[in-house]
Amino acid sequence: MPYIDGKRRPSREPRQVMGMQDPKVRHRNFDEVALGFTEEQARAEADRCLQCKNPTCEQGCPVNVRIRDFIGGILDDDFCGGVAALRERNALPAVCGRVCTQETQCEAACVLSKKGTPVAIGGLERFLADWDRSREPGMRCKTVAAPRNGKRVAVIGSGPSGLACAGELSLLGYGVTVYESLHTAGGVLAYGIPEFRLPKSILQDEVEALRTARVEFKFDQVVGRITNAQELLDEQGFSAIFLGTGAGLPIFLGIPGENQNGVFSANEYLTRVNLMRAYDFPKTDTPVWRGNRVVVIGGGNVAMDSARTALRLGAAEVYLVYRRTEEEMPARIEERNHAKEEGVIFKELYAPLEVVGDQGWCTGLRVQRMRLGQPDASGRRSPMPIEGEESVIECDTVISAVGTRAHHLAGKISDVKMTDRGYVEADDDGRTSNPRIFAGGDIVTGAATVILAMGAGKKAAHAIDEYVKNRPTGAKV
Amino acid sequence: MFNVLAKRQLSEAVFEITVEAPEIARKVQAGQFLIIRATEDGERVPFTFSDWSAEEGWIKFIFMKVGKTSHLISHLERNDVIADVAGPLGNPTEIEDKSRIAVIGGGVGCAVAYPVARALCDAGAEVTVIMGARKGELLILKEEFEALPLKDFIIMTDDGSAGEKGLVTAPLGELCKNGELDNAFAVGPAIMMKFCAATTGEYGVPTAVSLNPIMVDGTGMCGACRVTVFGETKFGCVDGPDFDAAGVNWNELMTRQRLYQEEERVADAEYAGSCSCHI
Ligand SMILES: Cc1cc2nc3c(=O)[nH]c(=O)nc-3n(C[C@H](O)[C@H](O)[C@H](O)COP(=O)(O)OP(=O)(O)OC[C@H]3O[C@@H](n4cnc5c(N)ncnc54)[C@H](O)[C@@H]3O)c2cc1C
Ligand SMILES: Cc1cc2nc3c(=O)[nH]c(=O)nc-3n(C[C@H](O)[C@H](O)[C@H](O)COP(=O)(O)OP(=O)(O)OC[C@H]3O[C@@H](n4cnc5c(N)ncnc54)[C@H](O)[C@@H]3O)c2cc1C
Ligand code: FES
Repeated sequence: MPYIDGKRRPSREPRQVMGMQDPKVRHRNFDEVALGFTEEQARAEADRCLQCKNPTCEQGCPVNVRIRDFIGGILDDDFCGGVAALRERNALPAVCGRVCTQETQCEAACVLSKKGTPVAIGGLERFLADWDRSREPGMRCKTVAAPRNGKRVAVIGSGPSGLACAGELSLLGYGVTVYESLHTAGGVLAYGIPEFRLPKSILQDEVEALRTARVEFKFDQVVGRITNAQELLDEQGFSAIFLGTGAGLPIFLGIPGENQNGVFSANEYLTRVNLMRAYDFPKTDTPVWRGNRVVVIGGGNVAMDSARTALRLGAAEVYLVYRRTEEEMPARIEERNHAKEEGVIFKELYAPLEVVGDQGWCTGLRVQRMRLGQPDASGRRSPMPIEGEESVIECDTVISAVGTRAHHLAGKISDVKMTDRGYVEADDDGRTSNPRIFAGGDIVTGAATVILAMGAGKKAAHAIDEYVKNRPTGAKV
Repeated sequence: MFNVLAKRQLSEAVFEITVEAPEIARKVQAGQFLIIRATEDGERVPFTFSDWSAEEGWIKFIFMKVGKTSHLISHLERNDVIADVAGPLGNPTEIEDKSRIAVIGGGVGCAVAYPVARALCDAGAEVTVIMGARKGELLILKEEFEALPLKDFIIMTDDGSAGEKGLVTAPLGELCKNGELDNAFAVGPAIMMKFCAATTGEYGVPTAVSLNPIMVDGTGMCGACRVTVFGETKFGCVDGPDFDAAGVNWNELMTRQRLYQEEERVADAEYAGSCSCHI
């Protein structure tokens, strides 16, 4: 496709700003916050792209999406061509266009970022994916799959790693069955990331697209309990297995009073709201605790999502307690800003000591004032307690968003080698100690990002393909 | 979607449902549980397997009508469907073959006690079942227990309308005192399990209890089901549901079970308004 006409002068206009729902309105509803580019905005933004011969942005993307070509599609008024270029390397563009950390990946590698503001790659990705989704189902851009090769692969877990692996294997001609322990697909995308950042209908559309590509989904299947790797390989006739079970086990702080009523893991809180749609209770059946004064502990995306969810459930005040300063917070800047605009109160340099309560019900969080000391192993300045400076933040709800670990059940699925911390040991291409079992995503790396999990799933799909093709016929292993 | 094969009413508020689920039926062991979601908007609720047949491909669970979901499923009939059934979940109960054991079931807990007692009998243990209920009409699975080769079958009711008048802890204490027990297993309301634990604890008889904390996913992902056992936080769904009774923090468990009382009242009221039956 001739995207570049030699004489083209890219626009010098400033970066387009995406419309947002007004913070004063949105902090009480679950509708999407970012509204996406209009078609004019998308064209104007695409016009800022230099269409570099050597697109460095693509190297900044963990799955090397053909960024130049999909933006070229918008420039050439060939949206469908753009969608095809986009989908070729990314099975979930509408998701990635919303939740990827573009600012540290593709956009950081954009040539324009040196001179100021990079092209809004994420916004354009979202625009194209949404444009395609808005068309009649039969009219959507098609991806070309290799002819079926008669081989089957089982994917365990339907998070981004599993979905990406399934999509890629299907393109390569495999029959794929995805086993998921919950009643719906998506992993963290379904139960963790809130509706106001990632509407569930979008996730469903993406999953539907995979179904159209003949990926089979089996829900309510807790692998390790109802079946295991050995049965899938030896009795069910799968040629290989991909493990994408995530790192879903919530870490608690281990402070006194933590099991009192009103104290939740972010996972429970978000699962009730997102997966079980508790915000619609009692129309839906699952309740969620609606606190009035809520304290969220942590400084990552999960903490921001929990705090913003608490506001939307009607809390009068929401505090975010973090033991370092905002500068060290791992959450995306955009998410931090959104949280602050909506009214979340940041309490920097406080560490939780104890949940105080009355007859088993949370009434407050006792905290320790901290200061920043010398940099630690992570390069961040380490928090040090300031002796004698303790206080209690009165609250009826505490949400612990301090991280997750490998799932308990991971070890029951197969006999692959695990690390001391319970993660699956796998190489860069997802190969584990068992040649028929591959793994990727958070179960290998620990809690990371959607695009890294997808990248791992895709790489593993190719390693699986290579393994299955080279396996001597008739060999068991 | 899972097909309902049969429904049976066991007492005024207790029902048994048989569901077609061949894949699950192949794997169940005594003491494990399932999670159902009755409808697309439904809540995930855990129930213990009360019976199953790998050959015929069905599973059964027994439940008490307490809130919206259990009311809803008490109206299911043959050929109706349940949106989701996930299982088997949790660890199977440890079955000791050579021991003299008391299996204590309280109320609807007898649905859990039955498969455990049966597995123990099959393994060759010497089993005494103690079954308790508020009144005679609320006793369930009496014939099923009677059909097992039990050493003894004792029935206790609060009002004396069946068996002996009194609590399950009375005969349990006797057995312990006479040195007739190596182990005990208790399942029922938390308060009953707490007092069983106190009784056997006095005589140093190791006792397992099957706990029922509030759950969401049932796979170890949310932490809703956390219970404190010997001072350590455990997840009921993946570390349990059975725990050593001597270490359970009962007051915490009972407080945590009450977390959504108010919301459940709202759901029940809403449901009662839209349903001709009465809660
Ligand atoms: C609240 C929250 C917000 C986040 N925000 C962002 C963000 O903005 N941007 C970003 O890039 N990343 C974000 N992340 C991180 C990102 O979501 C994860 O890194 C990513 O989802 C990991 O993907 P995965 O496929 O490895 O696992 P998961 O998404 O965890 O999926 C694993 C799946 O496997 C299933 N499973 C587990 N065990 C079994 C079993 N035994 N049998 C069958 N199925 C099983 C689980 O039910 C689940 O569906 C966020 C995470 C959270 C929790
Ligand atoms: C591992 C496990 C096994 C169980 N096995 C059985 C069984 O075999 N038969 C049976 O009748 N019940 C069993 N339960 C309890 C059952 O899950 C609850 O009774 C059910 O959630 C009630 O749902 P509902 O919507 O009808 O009532 P709700 O309106 O949700 O609740 C009614 C009452 O039950 C309490 N409650 C809610 N959820 C639970 C829960 N998960 N555990 C304990 N109390 C709860 C509430 O506090 C409330 O007082 C089990 C629970 C667990 C965790
Ligand atoms: S129910 Fe969620 S961790 Fe046990």
